[in-house]
Amino acid sequence: MTATPIDNGFKGSAARNAAARARLLRGLLPALSLALVLAAIAWLNPRAISYFGFSLMLNLAIPIALATIAQMFVIAGNELDLSIGTFVGFVGCVTATWLKDAPLIGVLILLGSIGVYALLGALIHLRNLPSIVVTLGTSFVWQGLAILVLPKPGGKAPDWLLAIMAFKPPFIPFPIIAALLIAATVHFGLMRTSYGVILRGSGGNPAALRRAGWSLLKTKIVLFSLAGVFGVLSGMALIGITTSADANIGNGYTLLAIAGVILGGGEFVGGRVSPIGAVIGALTLALAASPLLTFMHIPPDWQVAANGAILIIVLAARVLISRRER
Amino acid sequence: MASLKTLLTKPWIWSFVGALLVWLATIAFTGGYGAGGMVTAALSLAVFTVIVGVGQMFVITLGPGNVDLSLPANIGLASAVAMKVMGGSDAMIVIGLLAALACGAAIGAINYLLIWALRIPPIIATLSASFIIQSVDISYGRGLQIKPPPGFADFTNWQVLGIPVLAILTVLFTIGAAIALQRMIYGRSVLAIGQNIRAAWLAGVHVGRIRFFTYTLSGALGGIDGALLAGYFRGANVDIGNEYLLASIAVVVIGGTSVAGGKANVPGVWGAALFLVLLLTMLNTFGVSAGVRLLLTGLIIVGVITVAGGEKAVR
Repeated sequence: MTATPIDNGFKGSAARNAAARARLLRGLLPALSLALVLAAIAWLNPRAISYFGFSLMLNLAIPIALATIAQMFVIAGNELDLSIGTFVGFVGCVTATWLKDAPLIGVLILLGSIGVYALLGALIHLRNLPSIVVTLGTSFVWQGLAILVLPKPGGKAPDWLLAIMAFKPPFIPFPIIAALLIAATVHFGLMRTSYGVILRGSGGNPAALRRAGWSLLKTKIVLFSLAGVFGVLSGMALIGITTSADANIGNGYTLLAIAGVILGGGEFVGGRVSPIGAVIGALTLALAASPLLTFMHIPPDWQVAANGAILIIVLAARVLISRRER
Repeated sequence: MASLKTLLTKPWIWSFVGALLVWLATIAFTGGYGAGGMVTAALSLAVFTVIVGVGQMFVITLGPGNVDLSLPANIGLASAVAMKVMGGSDAMIVIGLLAALACGAAIGAINYLLIWALRIPPIIATLSASFIIQSVDISYGRGLQIKPPPGFADFTNWQVLGIPVLAILTVLFTIGAAIALQRMIYGRSVLAIGQNIRAAWLAGVHVGRIRFFTYTLSGALGGIDGALLAGYFRGANVDIGNEYLLASIAVVVIGGTSVAGGKANVPGVWGAALFLVLLLTMLNTFGVSAGVRLLLTGLIIVGVITVAGGEKAVR
């Protein structure tokens, strides 16, 4: 090593430090936005920051977080699932009817629906189809099936599911434990195992992966199946909370799930996703959409707008940070 | 015979063939009863899908990832704006239409502003915009019970010899859109950007300006569509545009426009729109339940895209 490279290396390391700081800031952005929303809630209504308050405010965050994780798997493979919301609704209807009355058939239907997701992944890969159009089509299929399963709102959640969702652990509210569990499990699976790297690689550089001998068909099938699994979990969790179902119960989840993934630092292309970020994103949306607005005395009309505004603000912050990264 | 062969190689012909088959199946079921009335009804309903479909087509042609997800919210808000500005008075029809057009165009412009300023994929930009528009609409259009002016309602339902006048006007509009696409600098620029955005930029195409104009156009068409829908269905409604998200994307894809961008097809939008509308009419005639109807619609769209798709994305 001569003097010049060292000099360059010095300059480079300073630049690298700045870039690393920006990257760290970017990584912390999801957590910062959640902290900001929490701080606002604490300031507006200090009593909400309690065991009971969190259990209540974050109740619906569990199914949202699960649906967000499902969407994250699809996005990791450079695709988009516009049917996850109606799928959650379909699972909900099956849970409140078949799963309670005839558990075996119910389980078979749910497993079959995960199989449909796997087939969808295969179809999209083999025929090189745009996932937006295919999943827009399947969203109608799930909605139709949901109406056929449960023509009128009703049904009842299985008792064991109600018991799980009503679980009250000491000190830490159940939704927080559930969120930690979901985030940790998926983080380990996708970010810390070797096949998880392959899965993300299928979104990052599919050509390189194929040349290295990995099957892109298989990665797509696995990613879509995982989306199906978490979609099923989301629908079941939702019914465990609401106790009965409705064919339209999950419709809002499609957009919430996409927003959650992006809020959590995920990118649309390149396999850049973060499970922990996605869960945090889902929690932020769940908190900001209703409790925060209620405490700020903003009418519920603006709930959806709050989601949009948060999304835009976080993305704007990300652009500012990325500009420093260069 | 040779002309028939060249006709069969056109990508848009299949959507018309599909529409014809569905129509034949339905009149076979009814024994020929209501065949003409069905065409009239299909034409008047297809118009609304065609108008937004053309806007969506230009957006999708800009290349992978370009799609306008804010159309349903846009249509809903514009329908409310049009009804409020018209206020049920015939004298205000033109001003109301212009207001809806301006409202839609503003939404389109904001969409592109978000894409450009935040450097985010159009899907997320139009999605976040649609969240906000939806809320504005819910808040603005709450309890809006204004009927469209009688003149406007009659105009949207006006027929000459069983052909809706609105459909004739829309055919003229689509011919204009086809000329703009194939023969004008604007359309050629959109196609060039869709084929290779970098090459288009190097060739001197004003990429930013063209994309801005395309999103604004799509928004403006959504706005006009909202006003017309409110006239046709006698009133504005927050959910009036909901079905047009799937419909606008589906007619573009079924009509032979490449989802990968750079290849567009205007006649196919008409064929696909007629196909979708006739399909719904057929399922209604067969008397299937709402669940089965949704299920079959979804399956047919997935089936059509599976058969029609499969070409490699141009990168």
